[in-house]
Amino acid sequence: MKRLVLLAAVAMSLGATVAQAQEKLKIGIIATLSGPPAVLGQQLRNGFNLAVKALDGKLGGREVEIIVADDELKPDLAVTKVKALVERDKVEFVVGPIFSNVLAAIMKPVTEGGAILISPNAGTSNFAGKECNANFFVTSYQNDQVFAVSGKHAQDSGIKKVFLMAPNYQAGKDALAGFKAFFNGEIVDEVYVPLNQLDFSAELAKIAAAKPDAIYVFLPGGMGVNFVKQFRQAGLAATTTFLSTFTVDESTLPAQQDAALGFFGGANWAPDLDNPQNKAFVAAYEKEFGAVPATYAFQSYDAALLIDSAVRQVKGNVTDREALRAAMMKADFKSLRGNFKFNTNHYPIQDFYLVKVAKRPDGKFETQIVKKVFENYADPHAKDCAMK
Amino acid sequence: MPSSLLVVQILNGLQLGVLLFLIAAGLTLVFGVMDFINLAHGVQYMLGAYLAVAFYSLTSSFLAALVLALAATLVFGLLLEFAIFRHLYDRDHLDHVIATFGIILFLNHGVKLVWGAAPLSLPMPELFSGSVKLADGLLYPVWRLVVIACGLLVAVLLYVLVAHTRIGMLVRAGANNAAMVSALGVNIRRLFMIVFGFGAMLAGFAGIMIAPILSVEPGMGDTVLILAFVVIVIGGIGSIRGAFLAALLIGLVDTLGRSFSVDILRLVMGPSPARTVGPAIASMLIYLLMAVVLYIRPSGLFPAKGR
Repeated sequence: MKRLVLLAAVAMSLGATVAQAQEKLKIGIIATLSGPPAVLGQQLRNGFNLAVKALDGKLGGREVEIIVADDELKPDLAVTKVKALVERDKVEFVVGPIFSNVLAAIMKPVTEGGAILISPNAGTSNFAGKECNANFFVTSYQNDQVFAVSGKHAQDSGIKKVFLMAPNYQAGKDALAGFKAFFNGEIVDEVYVPLNQLDFSAELAKIAAAKPDAIYVFLPGGMGVNFVKQFRQAGLAATTTFLSTFTVDESTLPAQQDAALGFFGGANWAPDLDNPQNKAFVAAYEKEFGAVPATYAFQSYDAALLIDSAVRQVKGNVTDREALRAAMMKADFKSLRGNFKFNTNHYPIQDFYLVKVAKRPDGKFETQIVKKVFENYADPHAKDCAMK
Repeated sequence: MPSSLLVVQILNGLQLGVLLFLIAAGLTLVFGVMDFINLAHGVQYMLGAYLAVAFYSLTSSFLAALVLALAATLVFGLLLEFAIFRHLYDRDHLDHVIATFGIILFLNHGVKLVWGAAPLSLPMPELFSGSVKLADGLLYPVWRLVVIACGLLVAVLLYVLVAHTRIGMLVRAGANNAAMVSALGVNIRRLFMIVFGFGAMLAGFAGIMIAPILSVEPGMGDTVLILAFVVIVIGGIGSIRGAFLAALLIGLVDTLGRSFSVDILRLVMGPSPARTVGPAIASMLIYLLMAVVLYIRPSGLFPAKGR
């Protein structure tokens, strides 16, 4: 009898360890997967899934269960969705979102719910500075940095007169402010258009009349597609340098095609960035999804690598959050962008490039690196963050 | 202000105007003749653009894509009418709104499933891909002029059709008193179906014509639908003439407002507040115009006779 009890106890404890080892690491993805910006959210989701696939379905040695939620670009809905992820599904990590306004809404529900939030795209200044959060990591950039790339380039390359245009909302104003912070030349005009304006004929006429050396625009998604086509059709591309942020990238190029050739953007990465891990990633992504990856995909791939490295360091035990955070801070993985480390505010310190739209020999379009504009660029808000 | 810039902006306004007219014409007919509120009208515009892209990739000819897409939008419009809308005519407006809104959601998601969420593009026909020089340094795409010309042509055709043909007479009579027309032995349901299919085709035509300029993406019809409703409210419900004039008015007011509001405000305030206030006022202008029109002439500027 005694022996039987012992045996049962052994069996039970064995069973328990087996169960623990088999329990999957739950990760929630929150991204915009409907409406016109859905293509960005799909890149995010695809990038993450690709990384998990490349690691044989495991992150840090643990089997992974991924739960995808669509925020529909509605902050209130996003809150409901992440609450379900954190409280009902008990995910350890939430990866997302695409848009800054969604990030602001989900920050509290995720981090206070006990999960770790990794943003593979949105990186607002408030969470980089005063409101920085121990449970929040960013694998993209601080938004201002990307806007600064074009401003710095315009200044360095001797462009004198610039025409600025952005949608009339917070990110649009940040973009133009970020550009102006590095550009000392003449701003011939500054135009704010309604968000989701489709026809830019009125603005194009103004640009033609103002005769600037260059224009700088921040027109994400469909706005950028329309503007680029119409800019080219108006014949302005021949006389005016086109500088931009989030206006010409791999998510919009399939629609812009030749119209965007030779246009400039600013980024922390491009598909042609020369390192072996990136080459493998781009090839695998194109094979799997039939499209060229954009920054959204690579940053979320990096987010998966970050989780993998951290979970491996803590040997799969993610309940000790202190140790997990310390492991994440080390960023002990081969980022697709090469140079990568975390600043004290959990935002990356990395290089930024001027990129240019080019047509590849196979007929597909991508952005390609022209030159490095910033090296080991840390965002200016980190000093306001209390974390050390 | 250089006068050439004004000319360009007026052309831009006209182009937006005729585009709105193509969409509003069908909407106002359906609303006026059948007393049916069709929110899904904007979806027809989107479908026109998507079908043109699809047929273009099959045939590599813009003309063939145009003809096939027009036929397809007509068929699709008739199909929607037959399958869904005709069961709703006798119900009240709230049911119309809910059912057709459902169709918007359904079809917006449908095109995403079929063609993906990424924006698509339709190349311009080679013949019209050039541009004319209107102002120093500004080329005006010939295609935009073609859009204006086509819009005006459709307006003339519609006028002849509605004012001088037998079927046009029936449509006008149907708008006036459907029960009486029916009692006189006219198959009013079939008339409605024709009007509906024709309206859908016009919206599809607008989508095809604008596709080379704009990106083709899910939900592209939703923004123009709101403007189209403003047009028919200002123009007078059921009136083609009203829709035409109101569409041009809206196109011009919107474009000129966007172009010159900041410059005009700069005369009375500093550049920085003007830059903030200008775009805000510009985007309100057409709605202010609608409010004023509704106050002065509650049934619109050119209401259909007999209503």
